[in-house]
Amino acid sequence: MDVSVISFYIFALVAVLASIGVVGQRSPMYSVMLLITSFGALAGLYILLDAPFSAVTQIIIYAGAIMVLFLFVVMLLNASREEPAFGLAATLGPRGLKIGAVLSVLIGIEIVWALSHVGLSWFSQDAAAASVSSVAVIGNTLFTRHAFAFEATSILILVAMVGAVVLARKEH
Amino acid sequence: MSFNPQIAAQLGLIFVIFNMLVLSAAFMVWMERKVCAYIQDRVGPNRVGFEGALQPFADVIKLMFKEQLRPKAADALLFGIAPVISACAAFAAFSVIPFGTETTLFGLLDQPIPLQVTDVNVAVLVVFAIASMGVYGIVIAGWASNSKYSLLGALRSSAQMISYELSYGLALAAVIMLAGSMSLREIVLNQSGAWWGFIPKWYIFLQPIGFLVYMTAGVAETNRAPFDFPEAEQELVAGYHTEYSSMSFALFFLAEYVNMVTVAAVATSLYLGGWLGPILPDWLAWIWFLVKVFLILFFYVWMRWTLPRYRYDQLMEFGWKWLLPVAVLNLLATAALVLWMG
Repeated sequence: MDVSVISFYIFALVAVLASIGVVGQRSPMYSVMLLITSFGALAGLYILLDAPFSAVTQIIIYAGAIMVLFLFVVMLLNASREEPAFGLAATLGPRGLKIGAVLSVLIGIEIVWALSHVGLSWFSQDAAAASVSSVAVIGNTLFTRHAFAFEATSILILVAMVGAVVLARKEH
Repeated sequence: MSFNPQIAAQLGLIFVIFNMLVLSAAFMVWMERKVCAYIQDRVGPNRVGFEGALQPFADVIKLMFKEQLRPKAADALLFGIAPVISACAAFAAFSVIPFGTETTLFGLLDQPIPLQVTDVNVAVLVVFAIASMGVYGIVIAGWASNSKYSLLGALRSSAQMISYELSYGLALAAVIMLAGSMSLREIVLNQSGAWWGFIPKWYIFLQPIGFLVYMTAGVAETNRAPFDFPEAEQELVAGYHTEYSSMSFALFFLAEYVNMVTVAAVATSLYLGGWLGPILPDWLAWIWFLVKVFLILFFYVWMRWTLPRYRYDQLMEFGWKWLLPVAVLNLLATAALVLWMG
């Protein structure tokens, strides 16, 4: 087998197992650590796709910045281990189980629909001209074609920041 | 598989770089103690080896034979992993740093290999990403120890690193703009030549403010005095590694010094022209790299034993209200300059 194929299976396996671990075990601290592991494996997959810039930003933004804040919250709240409840039905209640069943069917349909409609033409509009790994190409696309979405996102983040400050401020 | 001299040379290079880093950490410990001693009008270690040069090795042997303690209330798995994360992050960052020209090892190889583990086209960002992963070692150590001093030290450290990472990143961005590349090798090569024949075209002359911002943020990132709050002895005993002993403590210690070497090496590549220098022939150019890194490290040590520690709120105020605006202005000015000059 090719080295890149072997690496793909390793990264994919780590990403899937770590993601299952995030929701599957009970200590919040371990959940955070497993989520970071999963992000790291995703970054590895990006490198295999010849997109080192996406891989590095994935690590800087998600694994490096956002997860540190998650850790902060877990540490400051000193979140304890979740106590196991007996059986799935006892945790969720009869109504919870029904909602969960409906949701999982919906997600299943969505995934099947998405996979059957994926075409390469949709992705390769910007990227076909040059390699995706070029930072200049990404920058140009971001600030010309997708300028509106980019600016709208930054305003959205600004609003969220102002909201957080307002919520956290003590009334005098 | 047949023997491939190219791959063998590359593996040998990795081996050499790894051991050089370990040795440089040992050398730094010795230099720190010596310089500190002379600054304080003492002699310092002078019993083991020439002028105490073997003292760090004696210390490591001592640490190896010490008992590995773990608090009863600690989280066993994370307590063990934390120092490993710290050390791995510290070593990994060095893999993208170039320290010399390409070489064929005096004709042994068909194709020249660069003196560098790997030349990534987003190297500057890789350094930045790995620096941001290093904080996990500290945070997890603090949390897993289940001790209040460790936890407070870890919280302080992560708050400090998040605050100064912004300025650090903005200083890097200004250099990337000037060079038009994120590969450290290309950034170094862009600095070759001289103005009017005698001033080298190093980016420190184009980015003096950026250099100051980078060095300040670099000191804060490596938790060195005067920004060494994570382990402020008077307040926190030893901070995040209070509960660690033996080799797991040694790993934290090693990571701290290797991080310093990395920050100094990145500063050398970005601002001081890397391995470029006069007189020496190409195949000895790495000596210039070592000299520059050594000078920056000496400056670090000098600063540590000269300046007192800031107060914690002063550190935060300085980081957010002074350093960050200066870094942003520097970035804007650089962008304008690059556009104007074409």
